[in-house]
Amino acid sequence: MTPPLLDVQHLTVVFDGPRGGVAAVDDVSFQLAAGKTLGLVGESGSGKSVTAFSILRLVPAPGRIAGGRVLFDGRDLLALPEHEMRQIRGARISLIFQEPMTALNPVMRVGDQIAEALTVHGQATHEQAWARAVELLDAVHIPDAARRVRDYPHQLSGGMRQRVMIAIALACHPALVIADEPTTALDVTIQAQVLELLRELRARYNLALLLITHDFGVIAEMADRVAVMYRGAIVEEGPVRQILRSPAHEYTRALLAAVPGMGRR
Amino acid sequence: MSAPLLEVRHLAKHFVRRHGLWQPPSVVKAVDDVTFTIHEGEMFGLVGESGSGKSTTGRCILRLVEPTAGEVLFRGENVLAFPRARMRQARRDMQIVFQDPYSSLNPRMRAGDIVEEPLVIHRLGTNAERRARVAELFELVGLDPGHLPRYPHEFSGGQRQRIGIARALALHPALIVADEPVSALDVSIQAQVVRLMLDLRERLRLTYLFIAHDLRLVEHICGRVAVMYLGRIVEMGETQALFAHPRHPYTRALLSAVPVLDPDAPRQRLALDPGSFDRAAPLRQVGAAHWAAV
Repeated sequence: MTPPLLDVQHLTVVFDGPRGGVAAVDDVSFQLAAGKTLGLVGESGSGKSVTAFSILRLVPAPGRIAGGRVLFDGRDLLALPEHEMRQIRGARISLIFQEPMTALNPVMRVGDQIAEALTVHGQATHEQAWARAVELLDAVHIPDAARRVRDYPHQLSGGMRQRVMIAIALACHPALVIADEPTTALDVTIQAQVLELLRELRARYNLALLLITHDFGVIAEMADRVAVMYRGAIVEEGPVRQILRSPAHEYTRALLAAVPGMGRR
Repeated sequence: MSAPLLEVRHLAKHFVRRHGLWQPPSVVKAVDDVTFTIHEGEMFGLVGESGSGKSTTGRCILRLVEPTAGEVLFRGENVLAFPRARMRQARRDMQIVFQDPYSSLNPRMRAGDIVEEPLVIHRLGTNAERRARVAELFELVGLDPGHLPRYPHEFSGGQRQRIGIARALALHPALIVADEPVSALDVSIQAQVVRLMLDLRERLRLTYLFIAHDLRLVEHICGRVAVMYLGRIVEMGETQALFAHPRHPYTRALLSAVPVLDPDAPRQRLALDPGSFDRAAPLRQVGAAHWAAV
């Protein structure tokens, strides 16, 4: 068997406070194979976002990674020098944020923001990058991409902004995309379109997707496997069908029971 | 059925957008000829996506936004015709709970003072009476009266929404307009707050206009529901009938977009073709308690 694309082992992240440290992520281990989707579910404060940011070594202070290994393509990201990490961040592993309005730069044309992802990683000249931006907007199904590439974020709807975010994430042909609540801020019909787009791109580019969400409905639609986080630890992990049909952990059952209208329609 | 508590008739709110000195202004019909009735003790759901006009409708009912046209009858009286003083009085019976418990509570006021403020504004009771009432309200919504002196940031999201509910209940209202009251909360906290709202309905004989974009939640808790699209109600009826047999293309598209918890469920996304229906079609009866603009 080939080793998994992402292998997180015993990851521990501590937030230091005046009264000692708190482990926001406590001995978390999981694996993700190329082209597969792992859903990381949990409520606010469960540590799911901190886990994801730790993979990219983007833990906000006063948090610090206190232990563990993050093997990506066989290399431990936590042991890489920062300049090598920068080659991976945004290129081999990219990130889609929840709030497209705050994650995009309001005073930069969307084309420049996509092009920036390419030029920063030295993958293209500005002209090439701009042409590639149009291609990418087209790939995420933004109509009239050649014109839209000149738009500022405020000229786009919420769903279109999220498509731009996805285009930026895809710019450098990543192997792994971390999506942090990618559809939480969107209306349900727009959410359906964005999920459809992610499914399509995942298949086309053989992307591995680490999908962070609190919505089990999104998990059921997208994920191959699910890891449920509670208070910094993974309490249950397994294939999506097994977790949804016969959750073993009490917390998973409570979380599923809280979803209104579960199992109907 | 019990008597109608609230009757909204042909409600309209138009916003005029000016584009510059030389361009003619354009009109956005945020709420466009909206009519519905809510009976005493009901939890009536108003669903729609961003920009559908559902929140503006809720605000027009309380006159937090002045409607352009129409009538809002509360216990048979048109509140839109009320002069200022009478309107102030009427607001005691109609209260609102806002979506975002992080921004709708004044961060510099203590929780107890936030809940007491409506009583102060309406000059009700002595200091001691008001304080006793606030403690009672805290207990009613499941908060510890020992936390009265705390500031909003010391509470969790769910607790903050309980403070918002306690504030809305301070004046013994009959109608609560709940504008996306749980959208900003985690799903398990949502369940707790919704349970509280249902429990309060029984205990205090409340009536709710529950504004939401989460169809799963509305299906779960509302007896009747109206679906808004671009300022108009396109479908309305008893929740079970409407969810089981949606008639309007928009309702169908909306329901088909809701993620289902079963990974093996067949997924059939219906794309909405705005050209496939008449936007101006009036509601007509399509079932025993079911109307659609088709």
